[in-house]
Amino acid sequence: MVFDYAPAPESRSVVDLRSSYGLFIDGAFVDATGPDRMKTVNPATEEVLAEVGVADAADVDRAVAAARRAHTAVWGAMPGRERAKYLYRIARIVQERARELAVAESLDNGKPIRESRDVDLPLAAAWFFHYAGWADKLEHAGFGPDPQPLGVAGQVIPWNFPLLMLAWKIAPALACGNTVVLKPAETTPLTALLFAEICQQADLPPGVVNIVTGPGATGQALVEHAGVDKVAFTGSTAVGRQIARTLAGTSKRLTLELGGKAANVVFEDAPLDQAVEGIVNGIFFNQGHVCCAGSRLLVQESVHDDVLERLKRRMAELRVGDPLDKNTDVGAINSAAQLARIRELSAAGDAEGAERWSAPCALPDHGFWFAPTLFTGVTQAHRIAREEIFGPVLSVLTFRTPAEAVAKANNTPYGLSAGVWSEKGSRILWMAAQLRAGVVWANTFNVFDPASPFGGYKESGYGREGGRHGLEGYLR
Amino acid sequence: MTTTSTAPLGDITGSEAALRGFLAGLPGVDQVGAEARAAMLASRSVKTSAKSYAVDLAISMIDLTTLEGADTAGKVRALAAKALRPDPSDPGCPSVAAVCVYPDLAGTARAALGNSTGHSRVQVASVATAFPSGRASLETKLRDTAEAVAAGADEIDMVIDRGAFLSGHEGRVLDEIVAVKQACRGPGAGRGGEVHLKVILETGELGTYDNVRRASWLAMLAGADFIKTSTGKVQPAATLPVTLVMLEAVRDFRAATGRQVGVKAAGGIRASKDAVRYLVMVNEVTGGDWLDPRWFRFGASGLLNDLLLQRQKLATGHYSGPDHVTLD
Amino acid sequence: MTADRPGDRLTVRKTFKLYIGGAFPRSESGRSFVVRDAEGRFWANAAQASRKDARDAVVAARTAQPGWAARAPYLRGQVLYRVAEVLEGRKAQFAAEVGRGEGLAAPRAEEVVDAAIDRWVWYAGWADKVGQVLGGANPVAGPYFNLSTPEPTGVVAVVAPQESSLLGLVSVVAPVVATGNTVVVIASERVPLPAVTLAEVLATSDVPGGVVNLLTGRVAEIAPWLASHLDVDALDLTGAGGADSDEPTGQLAGELEAAAAENLKRVRRPPVVPEDWTADPGMDRLRWTLEIKTVWHPVGV
Repeated sequence: MVFDYAPAPESRSVVDLRSSYGLFIDGAFVDATGPDRMKTVNPATEEVLAEVGVADAADVDRAVAAARRAHTAVWGAMPGRERAKYLYRIARIVQERARELAVAESLDNGKPIRESRDVDLPLAAAWFFHYAGWADKLEHAGFGPDPQPLGVAGQVIPWNFPLLMLAWKIAPALACGNTVVLKPAETTPLTALLFAEICQQADLPPGVVNIVTGPGATGQALVEHAGVDKVAFTGSTAVGRQIARTLAGTSKRLTLELGGKAANVVFEDAPLDQAVEGIVNGIFFNQGHVCCAGSRLLVQESVHDDVLERLKRRMAELRVGDPLDKNTDVGAINSAAQLARIRELSAAGDAEGAERWSAPCALPDHGFWFAPTLFTGVTQAHRIAREEIFGPVLSVLTFRTPAEAVAKANNTPYGLSAGVWSEKGSRILWMAAQLRAGVVWANTFNVFDPASPFGGYKESGYGREGGRHGLEGYLR
Repeated sequence: MTTTSTAPLGDITGSEAALRGFLAGLPGVDQVGAEARAAMLASRSVKTSAKSYAVDLAISMIDLTTLEGADTAGKVRALAAKALRPDPSDPGCPSVAAVCVYPDLAGTARAALGNSTGHSRVQVASVATAFPSGRASLETKLRDTAEAVAAGADEIDMVIDRGAFLSGHEGRVLDEIVAVKQACRGPGAGRGGEVHLKVILETGELGTYDNVRRASWLAMLAGADFIKTSTGKVQPAATLPVTLVMLEAVRDFRAATGRQVGVKAAGGIRASKDAVRYLVMVNEVTGGDWLDPRWFRFGASGLLNDLLLQRQKLATGHYSGPDHVTLD
Repeated sequence: MTADRPGDRLTVRKTFKLYIGGAFPRSESGRSFVVRDAEGRFWANAAQASRKDARDAVVAARTAQPGWAARAPYLRGQVLYRVAEVLEGRKAQFAAEVGRGEGLAAPRAEEVVDAAIDRWVWYAGWADKVGQVLGGANPVAGPYFNLSTPEPTGVVAVVAPQESSLLGLVSVVAPVVATGNTVVVIASERVPLPAVTLAEVLATSDVPGGVVNLLTGRVAEIAPWLASHLDVDALDLTGAGGADSDEPTGQLAGELEAAAAENLKRVRRPPVVPEDWTADPGMDRLRWTLEIKTVWHPVGV
């Protein structure tokens, strides 16, 4: 029998978007200096959602100046317990407006409402709640008896988890007494602008949080601005490398959370059904637009066929389509440019002789879509095993022994995350110790928590976000 | 030990050691992962036409159950009437799958349900084998079974010997199921000896999902037509994650042997919303082949009325109330 | 120790060489450079390391790193403590060399050597404590065991302080190796000889070859090769510019940091104000070459 779920769309009316947004500087929405505007589109339909300002160097300068004033006059000197209460307020307002923010996030980003509702929003609120409590306990955090804020933080975030990445950046910065100028990603500015409204509702002092929208050039102006004391960036390794070069020889502090090519290692004694879920969650969560995605499946040869059969059957159940449908598992690719990159790398997989299999699913006519896909017969030499695809594409490799699994897993310039699946405790612990990655998920994948430090080894960046360790990047 | 036919899997029921080795070699179940998967499936949103379909399907899958010490012929006759016509105001409402009673009332149930044959026939299911504890001699269990079969039961819901299972005597459990299955084929078995055997694992006493998986395979290897979560007398009874593990087991068992086995979630399922969640799980774990009363059942009593209320709401567009559905 | 005088027994001089992979090679380039004492008199010809020596040193450090990191922290602490024991026995030699090179009177030179030995002991003791202090269980919201532990980042290139030839050197090298990293260090350009003597101590204690590799020569020549080397994980520029160098503009340090960005090395910038090597160092120099690894595992039955 066929049990078709009728469309179950989340109501779009819970979010009231303006047709046009300015920049958020010094507590108010202001027009950008220059005439340029940019449009942010719904990647599932290509419909324009709103126009937003393009901040140029002068706008960035205004924002940094506002942040500096706020830091000097108000925020830097405010007792931690007072800063804490502002952050608790923000956490609560994020919870109160969670449904609206979730819809806005799915509209702007293309991610399924189930994920924005069940993952992005609860975690964003939790991040503020967690760091709120740190604001008046910094002297107990292990960074000296009297840790001090750095000053003004320039923060540049990606489009894959727009509001959550904002929370990861702003919550610890503010808790530590810094003020911020944050640039959201070019294609996903909306929830950051809604967050600006939340700052207003919370009566956050003007200038403590400033949001400047724009393309890469805006971010570059922010990173290069002489008035910025700290730069925090999440995004591609290529841009992170450029920022590190830009900041060389300056006194600006820098933390980077960059790309990855995580191995997800499945042993023959794994809890196979959960491993299959973990593989699916590892690579198809958020359309694979996840820096820590388990994009390289390393499966022990003895269970390769069994795992692949289960995996394909499971992938065929994935519901691809309207991000606002509550039953959608895989939403839209965030942009035409990203879709082009996914297609280009997948074509390289074909050309290099890997075998492509895509889940049989109908894709909408409009918008940017890519069916959940896996490649078998992949080796470490293939581009699809080395380069970050940042899409719903899994490369499947095999191994014979734990040592071989470790060697292959670590054979990458990245080192953000890794997964291990085995029911044998000692092997799990051995693998966890051998894997060169900042986060090791054993018998699980893609779980996050504000109390748990997250960040990479090697070219996946430096610094940690989350927990006590996440304070270090914002204190001196 | 009895050898059963599991040809594609080799001679794994030939000795207790082989059987234990096979069951121990099944992939483990990670509790957190299984529960997360079940929770994710529970978040599916089933609305409008899909909900109507699911509500009717759920009604048709119910084993309408009364298993009380106070059960009487009158109670069973009332239940049978409800089973045949759950909503007297709507002839389009499907019958339930079966009425489930103690063996001594199986004949009463059979008589009340009539002897119609064919697709619309409401089955008589009888618990047996010293239900619910299973603490009796094999002879007693077999006599229990034979009486129920003789009284006209179409389906036997037996309990496994959890004590034997938990103490490592999987072979004994297998042998008992095989023996009961044989009794189901015995003289008196109605309609060409097609009395179906449902094997109750009583998952609430098994302690781990690993054990649920092993017990599921054990029951299927022994010849179970259905594997069933619970007696309803032990908490927790049916849960979504337990049912998930059992659905995975029947799915994998069919892939390995070619034989399809049904699943019955019994106990604790009272709300329509929950029933729909189970159907979503069936849909996405085993696929549509199991979305049929022949392959999936709910063991429940109160659930039916909640489904009927939902059904009326869907038909009329307004909420109904308890006085608008019949007492059992 | 001092210059040969007529009538005395003729001193057997030491050839000051590099220390790579547990061996003491001359520079593969065949070059040496003149080292003068604090008063400008000729002291020795030291090996002038080349880019190929730097390359060899990185290979040695990389080869040694997994084994060194795999040692039980308790054992690593004992191995490093053993270094302090050997240092203590050669205190007079170090005092003489530090005094001569840094131009310190004997009592002051002895104080500096004492401080260097004590610093080494202090860091040796950290080997089996840093994991507890910097790591720990994280109270996450779900049913997960969640543990963070610090791990060594790998191979660390260090430009040692230019002024403090032994205490400064110990202060930058000991914390890096105590936590399981291996190191390629460029000694003070002007006062490199105490570093070479320290290498002799390392070679005669229980530190495996390759854990500490010492280059003498020109910072401006060698450091860029280390800064751009893709198999180096971290770069300490303490002696490469700014307050603790001969190049106060910091231009070289900026260039090295920019080169290090190629593989996103962890970079420790030169100090803005001269470091007081006698002050309590805190955990700062332990922390910067550590990676925090966080492991998740479900908790269930």
